[in-house]
Amino acid sequence: MSQPFAKLPAWADYGLLPLINLIVAFLVAGLVVLLVGESPIDAAVLMVKGAFGSGDGVGYTLYYATNFIFTGLCVAVAFHCGLFNIGGEGQAYIGGLGVSLVGLWLGNFLPWWLTFPLAILASALVGALWALIPAWLQAKRGSHVVITTIMFNFIAASIMVYVLVGVLKPAGSQAPETRVFAEGGQLPGLGWLLELVGLSMRSAPLNVSFLLALVAAFLVWVLIWRTKLGYEIRTMGFSPKAARYAGISELRIIIITMMISGALAGMMALNPIMGAQHRMQLDFVAGAGFVGIAVALMGRSHPAGIVLAAILFGMLYQGGAEIAFDMPNISRDMIVIIQGLVILFAGALEHMFRPSLQRIFYRLGRAKNRTAAAVIAGGNQ
Amino acid sequence: MAEPAIELVGIDKRFGAVHANRDIYMRVEKGTIHGIIGENGAGKSTLMSILYGFYQADSGEIRINGQATRIADPNAAIALGIGMVHQHFMLVEKFTVLENVMLGVEGAPLLKNGISKARAELKRLEREYQLDVDPDALIEELPVGLQQRVEILKALYRGAEILVLDEPTGVLTPPEADHLFRILEQLKSQGKTIVLITHKLREIMAVTDNVSVMRQGAVVATRKTEETTVEELAELMVGRRVLLRVQKGEAKPGDIKLSVENLTVRDSRGVVMVDDASFTVRAGEIVGIAGVAGNGQSQLIETIAGIRAAVSGRVLLDGQIIDITGAADPGELRDRGLAHVPEDRHHMGLVLAFEEYENSILGYHDDPLYLNGPFLDLEAIKADARKKIEKYDIRPGDPRLKTANFSGGNQQKIVLAREMERDPGVLIIGQPTRGVDVGAIEFIHKRIIEMRDAGKAVLLVSVELDEIRSLSDRILVMFAGRIVGERDSDADEGELGLLMAGVEHKEAAE
Repeated sequence: MSQPFAKLPAWADYGLLPLINLIVAFLVAGLVVLLVGESPIDAAVLMVKGAFGSGDGVGYTLYYATNFIFTGLCVAVAFHCGLFNIGGEGQAYIGGLGVSLVGLWLGNFLPWWLTFPLAILASALVGALWALIPAWLQAKRGSHVVITTIMFNFIAASIMVYVLVGVLKPAGSQAPETRVFAEGGQLPGLGWLLELVGLSMRSAPLNVSFLLALVAAFLVWVLIWRTKLGYEIRTMGFSPKAARYAGISELRIIIITMMISGALAGMMALNPIMGAQHRMQLDFVAGAGFVGIAVALMGRSHPAGIVLAAILFGMLYQGGAEIAFDMPNISRDMIVIIQGLVILFAGALEHMFRPSLQRIFYRLGRAKNRTAAAVIAGGNQ
Repeated sequence: MAEPAIELVGIDKRFGAVHANRDIYMRVEKGTIHGIIGENGAGKSTLMSILYGFYQADSGEIRINGQATRIADPNAAIALGIGMVHQHFMLVEKFTVLENVMLGVEGAPLLKNGISKARAELKRLEREYQLDVDPDALIEELPVGLQQRVEILKALYRGAEILVLDEPTGVLTPPEADHLFRILEQLKSQGKTIVLITHKLREIMAVTDNVSVMRQGAVVATRKTEETTVEELAELMVGRRVLLRVQKGEAKPGDIKLSVENLTVRDSRGVVMVDDASFTVRAGEIVGIAGVAGNGQSQLIETIAGIRAAVSGRVLLDGQIIDITGAADPGELRDRGLAHVPEDRHHMGLVLAFEEYENSILGYHDDPLYLNGPFLDLEAIKADARKKIEKYDIRPGDPRLKTANFSGGNQQKIVLAREMERDPGVLIIGQPTRGVDVGAIEFIHKRIIEMRDAGKAVLLVSVELDEIRSLSDRILVMFAGRIVGERDSDADEGELGLLMAGVEHKEAAE
């Protein structure tokens, strides 16, 4: 088939297009703000200031971003295998079980730097096992992971309610949460990191999980593009027929990929539980699993893109909270609308502007070729 | 003479580098059955897609009943009274016959009135053309032959005067096909014009009044059916092109490397695709499987290569049984010295989104040569890819280039280089030069002969009869899943053509 449009150069594909999407999202969001009688410009200033204007702002932004990096990576790894794992929410939630058990038990007598690796393993393991069941059903029975993983979100939520109002709730407490972990179950903050750039963080919950998230992003990059397993995952994702031809076992790859995906989601639980609250609370994931889908889409399933997209969404969360606080007409729900618009344009409608952009580049390319041809023709004369 | 129903004048169409239709002239008389015959890829379907408004011709004119027209989309074609029955049915499986027939022409927002009118009209059509189908039957419960009848009814319901059928018997059993032909005769006697696209000679002879032969995008001849013969059509269809001169010495067959015994393969619907096939391939010979596409060759080589499971039979590689009941592991077969160049290089042989060097190890990515523990040894892989690029003259010679950006010939060379450089004992090659530019064909043929001369057993499948004849030391002909004949490489072209069309096979059976 003839290709009517020129291929976009990489910088336009990965830079310009997301930027256009983002600008449109903010324009529409600005209209919404205008509609409720507030100034969109003031709101924008408030948001950026709230997210990056102070040590605590930055701390919160990166704290939220940490969650989104993990869940974004979870979605991206599955994407590379052609699987759409939308169960990050549930895998992260149930992963909290692994973190809490380590935190509650080992936190009593081990220092944090020993508890931390064990909690990483526990959360990853629990998340991976939670993803294993849908993976097995997909590989063996052809049950679509989109359906099964979203159902497993509900199952995870129900289990965690049971656990938090019964099994793990300290006697006499009214709140559906565990007791506060002992010191060994609490991760140190990253105030020193912000001090390096001259910011001081007082109450923000940014902690070493952020560094773990960056390491995870790097490891995912290594896995996908530098290992044999990643090669097999990508082959399966691009062409199951080619994978079959190459002797790659579909069963094995689907299960391994989903377990890695689930493990990444599970590790997200470290950040709020051991890093911020030092206990497990009801609904601590708070939608981060779903935001991960938008983050992965926006980051084009590339770890570097995911880290950037996660920081953007962290900004929306933190800056949005500031707006809700300072602008009486804008409630918490309005912020959710604005975030939703960003997800809509950057995620769901990410290809909306692609054809027009391709046309523009095609015309530009043709014009350039014509000029070049004219120059050559002119030179020959 | 009356105006022809269809007149195509100077139709020309290119898809990128592929010249699908070259300056076509075709005249279809009213009230006749006109056959269009040609091998796969000859441009028949493209031409009909242009007539039906799926594609626009780059140049040329379409005249319907003498009127020059522009057919912008299928709706325009329908308005002109052109109906199309596609090779793959366009029916909603969960709908009834009636619902399918009225789909898109419901007539009113509320179905109630439309339904009773449609039912009456459907009854009339069924009576008039003897197309009996229960209007309330669900499509998914009907056999294929009846589903096809629904497609024909759909076209007639929309007022089609010209009916185009694209390979209508491809999915039918012989009795169903015969029934279809009776329906077509009936339609003709009612004044309808029918265009029948096929690659089966028997059908052309059985029902058409006139026949146009297409080859490589051009109409090479148009004949009155009663004035031509199967032999002549076969010749025209296959082409009298000069054989590509392949430098080839005498074969020196050695031990049996690959042996297939009573192999039977069914597809996912349970249709027998390979029927009790038996043959052997020796070291140092090329065995070619000739046949019209879709007669089981693809399934045969995919089964031997471990990608598809067989129902019964045995395959032996170097005298050792390959487990074909549950589909063997293609990776294990590679280790045992069986290399496979698949027919479908776009989806199976290559991952088009990969960079060239990534494809150069597909299937051999377990080899420690390319690995550092669990990590890919990118330097080693790229160095290896560069060596192959040089040896096989793959252009552009950039291992970092995305595979989709290579031409068909160079993509095929990537696959060939990968499979041949492993020095396999047995090499299975499907359609080695499909979609490959002429320059690369010669190169590829030379490599295949070199493999033979190096003592490899080569099993070659191609729909290009020329290619089979010029490369093979022995030729097997497949028809309807059976191996219907074995000939030497100097076998007569016409005779092979007849075998491929199932003619002799049918006579022998009678």
